[in-house]
Amino acid sequence: MRKAKNIFANIDITTIILFLALVVFGWVNIYASQFNDDMQFTLDFSTRYGKQLYFIIFSIFCGFLTLIIDWKFYYSLSYILYGLMIISLIVVLIIGGVTGGATSWFELGGLKFQPSEFAKFTTALAVAKFFNMQDSKNKKIKTKIYSYIIILIPCLLIILQNDVGTALVFSAFILVLYREGLSINILFLILITAILFLLSLLLDQKILIYIFSIIAVVSLLFLRFNKKDLITISIIWLASVVFISGANYFVYDILAPHQSKRIDVLLGKEFDPYGAGYNLIQSKIAIGSGGSWGKGFLNGTQTRFDFVPEQSTDFIFCTIGEEWGFVGSLLFISLFIGLICRIVFLAERQRSNYSRIYGYSVACILFVHFVINIGMTIGLLPTIGIPLPFISYGGSSLLGFTTLLFIFLNLDSYRLDILR
Amino acid sequence: MNKFQKRYQVVLILFLLIAFIFVVQLFRIQILNDNYKFSANNNALRYDVLTPVRGLVYDRDTNLIVSNIPSYNLMVIPREVIELDTITLCNLINIEIPSFREKLSNIKKYSKYKASVFQKQIDFKQASKLQEKLFQFPGFFLQTVNTRRYFTKHGAHIVGYLGEVNKKKVDDEDYYNNGDLFGVKGIEAGYEKELRGEKGMSITLVDVYNRQQGRFQQGKFDTLPISGKNLYSTIDIELQKYGEQLMKNKKGAIVAIEPKSGEILALISAPTYSPDLLSGRDRSKNYQQLISNKEKPLFNRALSGLYPPGSIFKILNGLIALEEKVINKNKFYNCNNGFEYEKGKLVKCHPHKSITNLRQAITISCNTYFCKAFSDLFKNKQTTEESYTLWKNHLSSFGIGEWMNNDFVSGTKGFLPEHDYYNKYYGRKSWNSSTIISMAIGQGELLLTPIQMANIAAIIANRGFYYTPHIIKSVEGQNEIDSSYTTKKFTTINPKYFETVIDGMEQVIKNPKGTAHNISSDSIAICGKTGTAQNPGKDHSIFIAFAPKENPQIAIAVYVENGGWGSTWAAPISGLMIKKYTNNPIKKELEEFILEGKITE
Repeated sequence: MRKAKNIFANIDITTIILFLALVVFGWVNIYASQFNDDMQFTLDFSTRYGKQLYFIIFSIFCGFLTLIIDWKFYYSLSYILYGLMIISLIVVLIIGGVTGGATSWFELGGLKFQPSEFAKFTTALAVAKFFNMQDSKNKKIKTKIYSYIIILIPCLLIILQNDVGTALVFSAFILVLYREGLSINILFLILITAILFLLSLLLDQKILIYIFSIIAVVSLLFLRFNKKDLITISIIWLASVVFISGANYFVYDILAPHQSKRIDVLLGKEFDPYGAGYNLIQSKIAIGSGGSWGKGFLNGTQTRFDFVPEQSTDFIFCTIGEEWGFVGSLLFISLFIGLICRIVFLAERQRSNYSRIYGYSVACILFVHFVINIGMTIGLLPTIGIPLPFISYGGSSLLGFTTLLFIFLNLDSYRLDILR
Repeated sequence: MNKFQKRYQVVLILFLLIAFIFVVQLFRIQILNDNYKFSANNNALRYDVLTPVRGLVYDRDTNLIVSNIPSYNLMVIPREVIELDTITLCNLINIEIPSFREKLSNIKKYSKYKASVFQKQIDFKQASKLQEKLFQFPGFFLQTVNTRRYFTKHGAHIVGYLGEVNKKKVDDEDYYNNGDLFGVKGIEAGYEKELRGEKGMSITLVDVYNRQQGRFQQGKFDTLPISGKNLYSTIDIELQKYGEQLMKNKKGAIVAIEPKSGEILALISAPTYSPDLLSGRDRSKNYQQLISNKEKPLFNRALSGLYPPGSIFKILNGLIALEEKVINKNKFYNCNNGFEYEKGKLVKCHPHKSITNLRQAITISCNTYFCKAFSDLFKNKQTTEESYTLWKNHLSSFGIGEWMNNDFVSGTKGFLPEHDYYNKYYGRKSWNSSTIISMAIGQGELLLTPIQMANIAAIIANRGFYYTPHIIKSVEGQNEIDSSYTTKKFTTINPKYFETVIDGMEQVIKNPKGTAHNISSDSIAICGKTGTAQNPGKDHSIFIAFAPKENPQIAIAVYVENGGWGSTWAAPISGLMIKKYTNNPIKKELEEFILEGKITE
C-alpha cells in the first residue's frame, strides 16, 4: 500500500539512479561533441549543450509530476491519450514541418514538438489496458487482431511521415506480445522472413528462386508426391518466390534512393566512402580511434571537426567511443542494459497485467532504440536515424523517454494497490 | 502470474546476447583492429579532394575547341591557421595586408572548419612558387581548378562558360564544394554531368600541426579522380567563324542545321564575345562588363530571342491550306493590291501580276493570296474556335510555341496563343479570322525564336519531318546520344504537299521576279523565303532557306534586326553561309559588302 505521506517511499531508487547517471553522461558527451578550442562556455539557448541542460531540468520536473499523479489517472486515460496522439500524428502530417526528409514536427510557441516521440508511451498504455481488459481465457483471433491494430495505426502514420526509424521502434511490441503468450512459431516466422529478406537482397533473385524451386522438387520426390504435401509445398514455394521479388521491389523501388543505397553499402554490395558510406566509415573511424582507454574527455578529434555528421543526436555514441574508449563504451553498455534488465525485473513483480505489460513495453522500446542506434554507429545495421534514449540531444526525445520511464515507476510504486 | 512467466528469461537472454554482440564488435574495432589506431599524439584525418580534369570539346571535324590549363585556388581552413607570417604570404600572392586580414575574417564568419577559397585562379607559375613555401602557412593549401582554354575566339554562345558554385548549390548537391566551377551556359551547362567527371579523395593522417604523417590505411579508402568525358560537338567551327564575321556590326542570329540529322552546324548570336573573356582570373571583371553592355552580348538571340516571323510564315499557312483542302496547288486567287478583310480595311500588297497560284504567291510573297486562304480555312468549320485550334495544332507539330527540348539549358518556347487568349482579349465569339488576319502573313501576336525558324527550314527540306536540333554529336565512351535526338518527328502535313511550296521557294531565288533573286547561283539550287517583319523600329530582315533542293545538306534561318527587306541582309547572308558550307563559289563583292556592312553603331 502506498501511503500519501511518503510518496517516494515505494519508488525504485535503483532505476532513478541509473536514469540520472545516463542523462548526466549524455549531457557530458553532448558538450564534448560541441566543444572546440575557441568556444566560450555559455549555458543558454544559443548552444546545444545549453539547451539540453534546460531540457534535462524540464524533463526531470515532468518526471516528478508524473510520479505524483495517482496511477488511476493513467489507467482511465489510456485510450484517450492514445486517441489524442493519433490525432496529433494526423495533424502533423497535414501541417507539419520537414527535417531531413521527414514531416514530423510542428511548432508550439517557438518550440518544435515531435508527436511521434509521445506515440511510444501512449501506445504502450493503450496496449497494456487492452490486454488487461481481456479475459485471460479469451483466445479469440479477434482479440489478437485488435491488439495488432492498436500497434499498427501509429506505426503506419509515422511511416507516412517518412520517419522509418521511429516506425521500426514499434517492432518492440513483438517482444511484449511474446512475453504475453504470442506463439513461438510466429517469432520463428519473423526470423525466417528476416533471413530470407537478407538473402534475397544479397543473392541474385533468379538464382535464389531456382534454389527454392530445386528444394521444392527434391522434397516432393522424398515425400513421394503425397497430395497433401504437394499443396503445402507449392504454397510455401509460391509465397517465397513472391516474397523474394517483393523484397527487391521494396528496397529498390519503394524506398528512397539514399535509403536503398545505405542498405547496399552495409551489405557490402557497394563501396562509397564519400556518399552513403560516409557516415558509416566516419563513425567507425571515430569509435575505433578511441582504442582501449579513449582519447579522454574533450580530446576527440574525429567527432569534433564535423567529420561525423549528426554527432550530438543520432551519432552521439561516436563521441562516447572516441573519448572514453572500449572501457567507457563497455561501462556505458552495461549501464544501459542494466537499466533495461532492472525494468524487466520490476515488470515481473507486478500483480496486474496492466503494469507488467506497460513495463515490458518500456524495456523493449528502450532496447530497440539501443540496438538500432548503437548497431548503426558500429556498422552492424544500416544508417537509420533514431536517437539513443537519455543520451542524444533533443528535447522531445528526452521528455518522451523520461515520461515513458516515470509512468512505469509510478505504476510500480502502486503495485500493491493494483490487483488485476 | 501466468503460464508464460518463464518467457522473461528468454527476453533477458536476448537482451544480454545483443549487448554481448555489440561488445564483441567494439572489441574488434577498438582493440583488435589496428587500422583505426592513429589516435596516438592526437592525430586526425585530413580529406583532400582530388579534382578531375574536365572533358574536352571538339567540333564536328574533331578540331579541338575547348581544353584546360592548370590553375589553382588557394584554399584556407581558418581553424588551422596559426602563427602566420602574413607579410611573406601577402607578397607571394600579391595582396595588401589590410585586405588580407579582411578576407580572412570574412571567411572565418562563414565557417571555421570548412575549406573556403582564399585566392582564386592562381596560375601555374605562381602556384609552383607558392607550393614550395606553403608548409610555412598551416591551414592554407592549393586546390586544382578547371580553367578553360579556348582554341578559337568563336562559338562563345555554343560552348558557354563556367561559373563558381554558390552556397545553395554546395548545400543541395553533394558533388560540389566551395570554390568549384560548374557549367552555367551552353554545352558546359547542358553536359555538366558528362564533362565534370568524378572527384577523387585522398585521406591522410595529420598531426596537430597539420603535418602529414602518411596515408590512412595505406590508401585503402582513397579514390582516384575520373576525368570528364570528351564531347564531339555538331558544330562546324569554320562555318561558325564565318557566320560571326558576317554578323559583325549587326544584331540578330543565324542558325544552320543539317536537316537529315538535326545537327546544329552553326549557331550565331550577334553581338557576341570571345569565350576566353569568361575564363581565368578576369572572369568576374569581364562578366560585369558584358552583363552591363547595352547591346546584350551575353543574351543568346538564337535560342531566346523572340521575333515575329514575317512572310516566311506564309509557307506554313500555304501547307495548312493544302492539307485542309482549302486550296489545291492550282488554286488561283486574285490579288488586286490587297485583301479587304472588313469594309474599308485592307491588308495591302505590292503591285504584281494580279492572279497567282500558290507556287507563284510564294515566289513573289503575295499578301492577298495567304489572307484569302486563311480566311477560307476559317469558313471550313463551324466555329472560329474550332478552326483556330485546328490551325494551331498544325503549327505545334512544327515545334512552334513548344519547347525545343534540345541540349541547351536556355531557350524559350516562343508564343503561339491558345484560342482562350483571344476569348479573353476580345470576348467570346466576338473575334474571327478577320480579327487575326495578320497571322496569315506572320505578323500579329506570333513570336518565334531563330532556332525554331531554322527547324522549319529543316522540316521543309525533309518534306515533313525533323530531328530535334542538338549540339552534341557523340559523347566519349557512350555508344549513343539521347534517343530524343535520333527519333524522327513528323508534322501533321502530308509529305506530298511539300513539293509545291518547295517549287515556290526555288523560284524565290531562281525567278527574276522572286524576292531573293539577288542571291541566285548556277552552282547550287537554293530554296528560300524572304521575310520582312514590321516592328516599332525599322523592319527586321528575315530569310529561311535550304540547299540543295534535292538531298539537302543545310537548312538555315537568318534574322537581322532592323535590317529592312528580307532580301537586303538576311538573304545574302544565308546565301554566303550555304555556299561556304557546300564549297560553292562565293561572289567576292557581295561578301565584302556584307562583311563591311554596319547596322548598329
